[in-house]
Amino acid sequence: MAKLKGAIVIDIERCKGCEVCVGACPESVITMAKGVNGKGYHFAEPTGDNCTGCTNCAVVCPDGVITVYRVKVTV
Amino acid sequence: MKELRLMKGNEAVAEAAIRAGADAYFGYPITPQSEVLEYLMAEKPYERTGMVVLQAESEVAAINMCYGGASCGKKVMTSSSSPGISLKMEGISYMAGAELPCLIVNVVRGGPGLGTIQPSQGDYFQATKGGGHGDYRMIVFTPASVQEMCDFVPLGFDLAFKYRNPVMILSDGVIGQMMEKVELFEQQPRMTHEETIKAAPWATTGRTKDRERNIITSLDLDPSKQEKHVMKLNDKYNEIEANEVRYEALQCEDADYVITAFGSSARICQKAIDIARAEGIKVGLVRPITVWPFPKAVFKELSKKVKGILVVEMNLGQMIEDVKLAVDCKIPVEHYGRTGGILPSPDEVVENLKKKIIGG
Amino acid sequence: MSETLTRDQIIKPENLVYRRTPLMVDRPLSYCPGCGHGTVHRLIMEIIEELDAQARTVGVAPVGCSVLAYEFLDIDMQQAAHGRAPALATAISRMNPDKYVFTYQGDGDLAAIGTAETIHACNRAENFVIVFINNGIYGMTGGQMAPTTLPGMKASTCPYGRDTAIMGNPLKITELVAQLPGTYFVTRQSVHTPANVRKTKKALRKAFDYSFAKKGLCFVEVVSNCNSGWKMTPVQANQWMVDNMFPFYPLGDIKVPQDAGEKE
Repeated sequence: MAKLKGAIVIDIERCKGCEVCVGACPESVITMAKGVNGKGYHFAEPTGDNCTGCTNCAVVCPDGVITVYRVKVTV
Repeated sequence: MKELRLMKGNEAVAEAAIRAGADAYFGYPITPQSEVLEYLMAEKPYERTGMVVLQAESEVAAINMCYGGASCGKKVMTSSSSPGISLKMEGISYMAGAELPCLIVNVVRGGPGLGTIQPSQGDYFQATKGGGHGDYRMIVFTPASVQEMCDFVPLGFDLAFKYRNPVMILSDGVIGQMMEKVELFEQQPRMTHEETIKAAPWATTGRTKDRERNIITSLDLDPSKQEKHVMKLNDKYNEIEANEVRYEALQCEDADYVITAFGSSARICQKAIDIARAEGIKVGLVRPITVWPFPKAVFKELSKKVKGILVVEMNLGQMIEDVKLAVDCKIPVEHYGRTGGILPSPDEVVENLKKKIIGG
Repeated sequence: MSETLTRDQIIKPENLVYRRTPLMVDRPLSYCPGCGHGTVHRLIMEIIEELDAQARTVGVAPVGCSVLAYEFLDIDMQQAAHGRAPALATAISRMNPDKYVFTYQGDGDLAAIGTAETIHACNRAENFVIVFINNGIYGMTGGQMAPTTLPGMKASTCPYGRDTAIMGNPLKITELVAQLPGTYFVTRQSVHTPANVRKTKKALRKAFDYSFAKKGLCFVEVVSNCNSGWKMTPVQANQWMVDNMFPFYPLGDIKVPQDAGEKE
């Protein structure tokens, strides 16, 4: 059986902390950092390892700061 | 080969646009210049040369169509009359700010407001002192014949591209409507895409891999950059003032007095100096052909030898301010003008010369 | 492969599935957090990348928050006076029929000061795309009432809410232009969820294809948020948009091509 496994890279210095990606993530694997970036925004960061690489977060990110990688794994 | 035709000034400007290889004309009907658009539509320049001609929804749209076309490095022009030119002033200011070449013809009618459809020269201030907002200038030609309506079109395009600046032909209802013999120049080809890129490397011709993107804008939110831009424009205006002054001086060599007038007023004054000279008054005529840049130097020189200058305009006194600045109060400068669409007669001019200058 | 892949094992060039298109200039966007402008900018650039049309595209952005769009889009761009973008685009597309031409306009620009230019360009069936961002407010000047501000909606020039008896009604200009014979494809979309973003991209792609094929004017409205103007967080603003804007400005195609064989 094939399963998709993904990972996202967030350009935290460009993230404005709008949180739109958080609600868009079907696996709830994006959270807002407690810390802030150089502009003072609480930036988004990946959490957990259930990312499927669906690209929802990247597609909806107004600032285009999310890059998505995905592999197919067989279980 | 010489091609002679009897044409209205408005028709001559339209035919000259086609022959000068214009890429587009955008206009809107208004008296007394609607023949420009009518002539172009009848001539089908889209078949003759591929030139685009479009009747826009307003003068505002027409000038902004010019902005869009000029930004692509195209030879574009529009024409209108005074109330319509007021509407175009926003676009002209943006073009000056974005450094775009464009030819604008103003066949002036009487104002203010809707005014009259009869000839006037009441738009001198608007043309030479800005008109639109901000620190800018445009080159302003004042034709005094149908021939000049024709000849200033290719010249206007050349200078518009040379300086990346709007150029205006400031005509009036007399020149626009009058029929005269015109010697037409030969058809010039429109610029090819390659020629456009060469002539206007700054234009939005498509961001190819070999260059950065081209941006046409008049906006800079950084004050230091905006000031630098305005100063750069100013350098350009200084260069234009140094190189592009044009005027005609008639019978000034032995003159005791000078009459100065532009456009159709100058034609009337030509008759006036003949009348005055027949009466033994030694008077010459200076006809500024460009009113910006203004021929300051000739007036400064004349102020050393003549006793006074009469400025004749179809307005209440506009060019007189530039003449006064040029002669720096060295000699008397007086004004005679008619408005409301009425032309001054040669006899009135002579009478006022005697009253205001000679007897004054 | 086993399920115990580490992040580093996944993050490899060969596994890349989404990255910001290189046609977006590599610099931070000037828009507020969560603003839909960034998303729509990116979609347009993704389409131009897919069409391999960087050298064959001219964009026009007039006054509004997106007047600085040329700072972010790596294509030739013209900045227009307020409301005048469709006039510019008319000239550009008529003199450059080999180019993709689009305008990118806000609601104040398109539906107030530029109404005449908008309607006449639509009616002339000009071959360019109008991208219309409708957030019901003037963002750039600080949240004033727009032609599309909803009845009762607050803005800085209607601080007690839009009273239609005094201030007039919001203008559904998209429905209006759909009535004109010159428009070929008219649609209203949004970019607040991934599914909506994908729909908007499809709509934009069609619009670019149709206008390039000289089918007439294609008009894509994107109902968007203005978090700063609405004085909400981005997430709240998106919800408010769903609850309030969409009932008045319903999403979906308003005019679709009537040509035979067209499959929507």
